[in-house]
Amino acid sequence: MSTEKITITVDGKKITVPSGVTILQAAESAGITIPTICFHEQLTPPGLCRQCVVEVEGARRLQPSCISSVREGMVVKTDSEKVRRVRRTNLEMLSAVTDLSESPEIVRQMKQLDADEERFAASPRGSLKDDNPFYIRDYTKCILCMRCVQVCSSDIQFSYALAAGGRGFDSRIATFYNKDLPDTTCVFCGNCIQVCPTGALKAKTEGNSTGVQHDEA
Amino acid sequence: MNTLHEDLKKYLSGLREKKRSSLLPALLKAQELFGYVPEETVDEISRVLRVPPVDIYGVIEFYSLLYSEPTAQTIIRICTSPVCASKGSEKIKKALCEYLGVPEGTPSPDKRFMVESVQCLGMCDHAPSALVGEKTLTKIGSMKIPDLLTAAESKPENKVSGKNPVLSKRCCTGDPENIDEYLDSGGFGGLKFAMTMDEERILEVIKTSGLRGRGGAGFPAGIKGESTAGKREDIIRYVVCNADESEPGSFKDRVLLSTDPFTILEGMLIAAFAIKARKGYIYIRGEYFEQRRIFVSIIESARKRGYLGENIFGTGFSFDVEVRSGAGAYICGEETALFESIEGKRGIPRNKPPFPVTKGLFNQPTEINNVETFGYMTRIMENLAKNGDAKEYKPVSGTKLFCLSGDVVRPGVYEMPFGTKLKDLVFDYGGGIPGGRKPKAIVLGGASGMFVPEAMWDIPLDHEHLEQAGLVMGSGVIMVFDERRDILKIVLEIAEFFKHESCGKCYPCQLGTARQLEILKRIDEGAVEPDDCGKLEDIAYTMTNGSICGLGQTAGSAVMSALQLWPEIFKKEGVSVL
Repeated sequence: MSTEKITITVDGKKITVPSGVTILQAAESAGITIPTICFHEQLTPPGLCRQCVVEVEGARRLQPSCISSVREGMVVKTDSEKVRRVRRTNLEMLSAVTDLSESPEIVRQMKQLDADEERFAASPRGSLKDDNPFYIRDYTKCILCMRCVQVCSSDIQFSYALAAGGRGFDSRIATFYNKDLPDTTCVFCGNCIQVCPTGALKAKTEGNSTGVQHDEA
Repeated sequence: MNTLHEDLKKYLSGLREKKRSSLLPALLKAQELFGYVPEETVDEISRVLRVPPVDIYGVIEFYSLLYSEPTAQTIIRICTSPVCASKGSEKIKKALCEYLGVPEGTPSPDKRFMVESVQCLGMCDHAPSALVGEKTLTKIGSMKIPDLLTAAESKPENKVSGKNPVLSKRCCTGDPENIDEYLDSGGFGGLKFAMTMDEERILEVIKTSGLRGRGGAGFPAGIKGESTAGKREDIIRYVVCNADESEPGSFKDRVLLSTDPFTILEGMLIAAFAIKARKGYIYIRGEYFEQRRIFVSIIESARKRGYLGENIFGTGFSFDVEVRSGAGAYICGEETALFESIEGKRGIPRNKPPFPVTKGLFNQPTEINNVETFGYMTRIMENLAKNGDAKEYKPVSGTKLFCLSGDVVRPGVYEMPFGTKLKDLVFDYGGGIPGGRKPKAIVLGGASGMFVPEAMWDIPLDHEHLEQAGLVMGSGVIMVFDERRDILKIVLEIAEFFKHESCGKCYPCQLGTARQLEILKRIDEGAVEPDDCGKLEDIAYTMTNGSICGLGQTAGSAVMSALQLWPEIFKKEGVSVL
């Protein structure tokens, strides 16, 4: 990051930031919070949830603030009606397919955007996998943020037990030929548990090893 | 170890590059040998190419032409995109499944056949069509069901109509694979002339020609070339030809690759010379078996004659082209997804910037263009060779290929001057609607395009007029539907297409394409809810403004244009409004 300073306008406020920072970082430095879901400070931002999109003057589409760098004179709106409509619909669609009961941050964002969790017909996806003594993998709670895959592969652990499988709406977190975790290269390092934002991945020691319904015999 | 495994081992040990970029070819080989990709073969591939097994599994799952479970000896793929569907392909598929006694996607008990739907085979001018193994069957509507299983290949007629052919002047004039015929008709003249010029001057000529990309986005080709080029010789640059033609209604690249492939290769060479690229790829969609075979063969001839390879004609310029096969994923037509695919990964679009011109294939500067665009580059240089390098150079990119299909008397590829009126193309050149029926709808731009309001059917087909009217040229797709067709069904097929082809990376598209389809299905079944139109509008808005790539950004376009033109069909008044 260079020491050169540039000035941009965020929500009508002129702020001076080092060139090279992202819009998200710039906004934060001025006390403006932009909601995020997939973003995690220690990981390569995948820029996939699009919840942090903002309006940038002159740009045709909304820009993901977590990966868009600031430019001198940039004019950014972080909370316009356009931005809110996209974020709100995004979350309404997400809540129709995901159990967000252990995702307080997303629930908070929904409240803030006045999003209606029942707007779209409930179509749950994913299933619960209980195949090892340590973790529960409840994919009905998975939002496909890919953090677990990132930490399992080149961002941290290099175990390569998990990968994105399927495609489109039917994408999912997969193991090699859908094997149970103990039969994969998983070393139970726990990194995936650490970064999961929705309670889809949990350690059993947290007291949730009993009472869960198996969906697979 | 059985012989199939030996064959795969032999194939792997023969691979020139034993790394991840060889993954897709290796998986396609395993698929070809075994009918699926068995776990043991993945272990073997993983060892040789040094790719984590779980990543390979993720790649297999991404592509429609790769299977992780046993299939059948022959897979029958019936095209179900709008044009083939309007000509009865769904019925054929159902009848075929009944005949075999298994549902779609399940191998027959004797493991000989399996029926599947496929999203547009690029045979819309011969609808309905199917792919039986690697065999193309056209106009299957008149065939008896059992005959479909054993029929001989019925290749499509590949021709280009229109007036004053520029790009297509060599199409259908002889043996497309014969390099002597190509040379006799002045072939490689554009390249030879280009090689006498300054690289910068070539790029300037392409820029002033006004050539815009023909794959859909219409980006000025000269600027793309200029931004990829650079003074430094030590930087690896690539030229990539995007032949992943999969837009429903688009089949022009199939025709070009079948009838005049050398012109495309020459365009790639010119582009490579201009930007100092040493290596090129042509990525041809997996379902285009015949076109891949043709391109592999012409590359071989070009190499033998010194048009590819080291130090071409003593100029110091070296360039070679590798043919790559897609594996059944429309999204790989998106440039960065295509790079990922060549690199051996799931075809997931990257966030841009960085753009391909700075970080493209293998993170190196890359000039990627559509097949047709490279073709015009050849013509531009040929024209320059003929008329001299004059300042007042007259552009030759004033024509465009259009793919006309659906309910028209003469479907096919037409090369027309920009500014040709839509209705002239459909009703004069295309012969209008057969059987004296009335036209009902015209879709421009394919599945990612829009329905054109009848009041605009006389619009001139050029970027300026279309953009002003809020329409898109796309890759030049024109699909015509007559009065018998159900608009809601067409919209449903388009929504089905996007749900099937979304890569699943970004939320707006991953979730939006699924919710859009679900609502449209419900409307079609008569279970309309009060806010359905509002929901569809919000979904389209979110996908258009929030998605990473062009697929998501246009996945709601056709639906929205239909909603504007025929709002009543989304309400189904009198059915069962809550």
